[in-house]
Amino acid sequence: MSKSRDALIDPLFNNNPIALQVLGICSALAVTTKMDTALVMSVAVVFVLLFSNLFVSLLRHQIPTNIRIIVQLTIIASLVIVVDQVLKAYLFEISKQLSVFVGLIITNCIIMGRAEAYAMQNPPSMSVIDGIGNGLGYGVILAGTAVLRELFGSGSLFGAQVFALASEGGWYIPNGLMVLSPGAFFIIGFFIWAIRAWKPDQIEKD
Amino acid sequence: MQGSVGYNLGFAAAVCLACAVVVSSAAVALADRQDRNALLDKQKNVLLALGLAEEDEALSEADILERFAPIDLVVIELESGQVDAGVDASLYDQRAASVDPVTSDLAPDNAAGVSSVPHYALVYELRDDAGRFEGVVLPVEGLGLWGTLYGFVSLESDLRTVRGLTFYEHKETPGLGGEVDNPRWKALWPGRLAFDDSLAPAITVIKGTAGSVTDAPYEVDGLSGATITSRGVTNLVQFWLGSDGFGRYLERLRGER
Repeated sequence: MSKSRDALIDPLFNNNPIALQVLGICSALAVTTKMDTALVMSVAVVFVLLFSNLFVSLLRHQIPTNIRIIVQLTIIASLVIVVDQVLKAYLFEISKQLSVFVGLIITNCIIMGRAEAYAMQNPPSMSVIDGIGNGLGYGVILAGTAVLRELFGSGSLFGAQVFALASEGGWYIPNGLMVLSPGAFFIIGFFIWAIRAWKPDQIEKD
Repeated sequence: MQGSVGYNLGFAAAVCLACAVVVSSAAVALADRQDRNALLDKQKNVLLALGLAEEDEALSEADILERFAPIDLVVIELESGQVDAGVDASLYDQRAASVDPVTSDLAPDNAAGVSSVPHYALVYELRDDAGRFEGVVLPVEGLGLWGTLYGFVSLESDLRTVRGLTFYEHKETPGLGGEVDNPRWKALWPGRLAFDDSLAPAITVIKGTAGSVTDAPYEVDGLSGATITSRGVTNLVQFWLGSDGFGRYLERLRGER
């Protein structure tokens, strides 16, 4: 039981895919200017990770070793297209904002990484838990980054104005760096710093 | 036997088949909803171009249909500028028609990167309760930096003043060329003059700041860091307002007034 709990909880802080494994940075920069895009993206990644781990794990004894990467990618790509289609049908506005980044989940290293490193060796139930855990680990960093970027970059959260903007007669002058990708780099850097200060065993040995 | 070429090929084929079934059923099952979303999005953009909707306004399907009530969809023949009642406006797909050689002509050499012009175009005429003409929305498209920008230009009832401009689809860099979506930039357009005194298309996106409507009636601020997108917007607006685009149609409307 504790093993499956570890598979779920570990990726949140102990073995976070973004903060420790440093995977999936590209989309973490691109979709975190707003809370709603960050959350929808996280849900999409959790979904894709869950099912790609499940299917890869179910087929792990059948997948021929020399074409395993292609098979994994085919499964992942199909799942991503399904997610993209569903978003276009039910969350059109957000899917327009996420645009190409939903499709780019295919190339998100977290998903390939978990399929190759975990689902190929472990039974389906554990792989599903590992998928959810890593998806949540990705989501935690995305949500944290998006809170800071939307709040300080646009003075709002989930699109609702929190700080009155100077341009509309308020007091807050938005920080332009926050809406640009480099802003996300700084924030993720600070997160990595904070997590490593809290858990020093994550610091790489020279 | 696992590891043999036959097994690999068979396994790959089976995986592909299963995935293809999943992907195509999702696409087919959701197509209706997606089409409706795309249509509503287009209609919302027509309303935006006319200034009948706010940028961040949450509009339900019913709101959009209600505000769309005073807008007539009209199919016109671009060459003559005349209305063609023989084409069903609600079914007409201009994007498909403009790439089909049967329903389009090659465009003359132009700076906007438009390769073919459809025979028929869909325009949106706004009329008040008494049926008086109040404005028109024209679909425009042309090359930016990364791809084609699709949008709408709307003109006031004098057919000279810009009422609004909006793009509903483009591939420009977010933060640079992607600022064509920025409400502040779009707000610079209304009130400026699309045509000069001799009725030639004149509105231009310049480099730098253009100033107020009275100071620079034919100029709009450039997008900083997006010279090619800015130039593309000028070119595509001028192309579609010109004689190869909606020129004849606008001429006819002016004549009727």
